[in-house]
Amino acid sequence: MQNTTPDKQTTQPLQQFFSGARAGLPVAVGYVPIAIAFGALATRAQLSPREAVLMSALVFAGASQFMAVGMMLSGAGGLQIVIATLFVNLRHLIMSMAVHHTVKEASRPWRALLSFGVTDETFALLTLQNAKNHAHHTHWFAAGLIGAAYTGWVVGTAIGSFGAQMIPPAVSASMTVGLYAMFIALLMPHVRRSWRVAFIAGSSMALNAVLSSFISAGWAIVISTTLGAALGLWVQEADV
Amino acid sequence: MNATTIAIIVGMAVVTYIPRLLPGLLFERYQMPEGFKRWLQNIPYAALGALIFPGIIHTEKPLLGIVGGLTAVVLSLLDLHLVIVMTATIFVAFVASYFL
Repeated sequence: MQNTTPDKQTTQPLQQFFSGARAGLPVAVGYVPIAIAFGALATRAQLSPREAVLMSALVFAGASQFMAVGMMLSGAGGLQIVIATLFVNLRHLIMSMAVHHTVKEASRPWRALLSFGVTDETFALLTLQNAKNHAHHTHWFAAGLIGAAYTGWVVGTAIGSFGAQMIPPAVSASMTVGLYAMFIALLMPHVRRSWRVAFIAGSSMALNAVLSSFISAGWAIVISTTLGAALGLWVQEADV
Repeated sequence: MNATTIAIIVGMAVVTYIPRLLPGLLFERYQMPEGFKRWLQNIPYAALGALIFPGIIHTEKPLLGIVGGLTAVVLSLLDLHLVIVMTATIFVAFVASYFL
């Protein structure tokens, strides 16, 4: 623990913040087009541009936001969407733990603030950089990194949702398929790398196909997700 | 803005923030059971599966959903970027909608 990062040697909080923002730039740039897509798709689910931006600003969790849009399109109710969001974003519990481990000397209010910014990508960047340097970040550095990513996500959503009004109606009718393309593109790279993931996604699909003919689409998704993830525990060991 | 939509957004915000917040405030030294951890890590894959099927064949035109889905599968196997897969699929679905 005696090692120090470059961002720790610069004593000025502002310098640390900007060096964090620089480190977060790749994530911010990566978020913009995805957020644009989210903003545009959100308008297909009858969300107004301001509501789409509000969702990005308050939730700041891409996968669950796309999921919410998908569930709204399939006619799911609010409670079902919120519960599905809870399950999907529970994984941040593990990530947040790792992030707080790398930002050591933060006070409790700082921890509360930085917690809001834990996403798959900021987690990866904060903890991977840490692993490389065997060192810790200051909270100002983490705040800069998260701030950059957050800005990219919210600004991209605004561009996409306000810009969606310019998309011709004939094209926007095909955009629902685009939402499924997004889900498939998120899933396929993992399926290809692991049979276990293919098994989990496949069983969840099968469960959902059966359940959705008995209960509402929203609850079917919630139940298939939790059961499918549990079924995956069986094949965990067999897959390497 | 619609009140129901705002309620959904605020609800999503709360349930997303709590799991992010807990490790920093409460159990800094707590070790999660290994099985629970693995279950949490499996959830996104299961959610994606459930979101894709059977929803994809319940779009306005089922055949269009299948064509779009296969396009997306092929394109994402080519390691193309998320946004490119999406845009290309929308384009294919748009063209196909004139034939199907």
